[in-house]
Amino acid sequence: MIKKFIYLEWKAFIRSASFGKNLAMKIIIGFLMIYFSLIFIGMGVGAFYVLKDMKLEPLVTVNKFLFYYFLLDLIIRLLLQSIPVLNIKPLLVLPFKKPTIVHFSLGKTALSFFNWVHALFFIPFSVVLILNGYDVVEIIFWHLGIMAMIYINNFLNIILSNIDKLFAVFVVLIVVLGGAQYYKLFDITIFTTPFFQNFYDIDGVFLVPILILIGLYIFTFKYFEKNLYLDAGLSVKHDVASTENLAWLNQFGTLGTFLKNDIKLIKRNKRSKTTIVMSVIFLFYGLIFFGNTHQPPAMQIFAGIFVSGGFLFVFGQFVPSWDSSYYQLMMTQNIPYRGYITAKWWLIVIATFISTILASFYLLYGWEVYLTIVVGAVYNIGVNSHLVLLGGAFTKTPIDLSNAGGAFGDKKAFNVNSMLLSLPKIFLPLLLYWLGLRFADKTVALSLVAGAGILGFIFKEKVFSLIERRYKIEKYSTISAYKQKS
Amino acid sequence: MIQVNQLSKIYNGTTVLNISNLEIPKGQSFGLVGNNGAGKTTFFSLLLDLIQPSTGYIKSNNIQVNTSENWKSFTGSFLDENFLIGYLTPEEYFYFIGDLRNQNKADIDALLAKHEEFFNGEILKNKKYLRDLSKGNQKKVGIIATLIGNPEVVILDEPFANLDPTTVSRLKKIIRELADDPNVTVLVSSHDLQHTVEVCDRIVALNKGEIVKDIQTSKETLQELELFFAV
Repeated sequence: MIKKFIYLEWKAFIRSASFGKNLAMKIIIGFLMIYFSLIFIGMGVGAFYVLKDMKLEPLVTVNKFLFYYFLLDLIIRLLLQSIPVLNIKPLLVLPFKKPTIVHFSLGKTALSFFNWVHALFFIPFSVVLILNGYDVVEIIFWHLGIMAMIYINNFLNIILSNIDKLFAVFVVLIVVLGGAQYYKLFDITIFTTPFFQNFYDIDGVFLVPILILIGLYIFTFKYFEKNLYLDAGLSVKHDVASTENLAWLNQFGTLGTFLKNDIKLIKRNKRSKTTIVMSVIFLFYGLIFFGNTHQPPAMQIFAGIFVSGGFLFVFGQFVPSWDSSYYQLMMTQNIPYRGYITAKWWLIVIATFISTILASFYLLYGWEVYLTIVVGAVYNIGVNSHLVLLGGAFTKTPIDLSNAGGAFGDKKAFNVNSMLLSLPKIFLPLLLYWLGLRFADKTVALSLVAGAGILGFIFKEKVFSLIERRYKIEKYSTISAYKQKS
Repeated sequence: MIQVNQLSKIYNGTTVLNISNLEIPKGQSFGLVGNNGAGKTTFFSLLLDLIQPSTGYIKSNNIQVNTSENWKSFTGSFLDENFLIGYLTPEEYFYFIGDLRNQNKADIDALLAKHEEFFNGEILKNKKYLRDLSKGNQKKVGIIATLIGNPEVVILDEPFANLDPTTVSRLKKIIRELADDPNVTVLVSSHDLQHTVEVCDRIVALNKGEIVKDIQTSKETLQELELFFAV
């Protein structure tokens, strides 16, 4: 039975629209994955010696931070880890036993990147501990306990992902607890450190998380099994619709028509709505860099780009995939490509502009910091907006907007790939800024980046012609890729 | 109005469509019948420049569709639900298409009022997005949307499928009205021989991508076609 599922999964994987066509992208992602894996392994090996150097007991110190580690892991999962969904509906009437379907769906999540990436840290760390005279059996127990904790997070994510906005609660929790600890008001790790430490110190304690894990699995299993009906977990929620005219946009002609449509697109679909949330989160990204002396100064432009570029990165990246479900309609209507691309460009520009205004709270860090953000925005508008639109011609992954399933629905708005895709768009400004800093001063560095942005703006028409041509060339393959539902 | 010249579409060595010559005069109502895989949708997709021909070309009103985009302004089409924007209400969808076809709100409202009977009270002011409508109701929206802006060419793929009997007879009335207009060329494909014969002046049957029948509709047409498709 399971063999049949694996067969289906394999077919779905190799036959998906994005598989063959984006081989170059896959390779880049592959390299980045290897890179991050090496970093994790390096951390696992190095952590012991670094902590030893700092005159800290390595295992205790790691245990101290595990609480935050797991909390952060849960937040990242809630944001990024999508629940792999089997194409369940056609299976229901076939001679598969329901428990088998659910076991397989759940079992599949266990193989997720979000689970095994931790092993890259914990296994080398454990090996180093054993090599340094820690008790082998106890370390294995500790390790099992930690693994159970990771899988508890895995299933918590599945259960909790049906509750919207929950990740925000965890973010607040982590900020409050972390803040309290920083200002020495209350230290949660005093209570949690012994718990993790006991996996090592006391035999059998590691069974506690394993038992919890088993309980959690049974609960998730029951929940899914109970909801395996077309009108329960597999049902589609219908929204009450209201017609909006947005007549004030009519004055912009065709541009207004598209903007109207895009506004509705963002408002009425879960996936696109999340882009707004992400844009707001990106606004605060700079807090990590500004006023932080540990970061190299060149990284400031990195933050400057991201603060105003949230929308550009999470929405712009997927033009025209947002329109994938009705791309054929667009291609048969009396629409010049240019008008279509221009409307998307304006949407990105408006969002970047608003983000820049909202980011004015960075003035608290001084006008230089805000200037960096403004320069970042200029670069975003002048160069990155064109880059994302150009990249869009090659993005042939259809986005299923209407995906609003119940317990089994994949509601995650964006994936790891989209985050990785953003990286090249910031290397260039980073390089310019770094060159400026290296051979002159900050003013020159900022002018270089801003200059690149203005240059891009000046050549807008030229670049648009290029993008238009690209879209036309890619038209037929895009249509055929979008016909495949993800 | 529409000229097809040496048109073929080949996928991996398999010819799915091969029409050496076909001429559809202005004002004709043209029916395309055939079994699954006969090439009906492929032909319409080529006509709408959604796929590229392997050889040959189609001219619509003397515009070669795969080199110029000017045919778009006088062509209305509905192939399947990929032509609908799921997150819009039907009204918004009609206004959106109207905007693209330079029609104002009043024009659209007039068109919708005219086809109120066809909608059967299930489409307008129903507080539902298009994605939440049933297949049949989605089709009603798509069909009426093709009429926005008085197109000279109307292309409907399988318009009768998924519709209830009442709506089918109302749709036939609409297509007949279009067929009577000497300025409008209607192209309809269907599996249903009887419906097609009832609304079309001319029927072309496709089989494995080739034209096997080309008849002006008469009393005997239905019988002739049924005989042809009966095995």
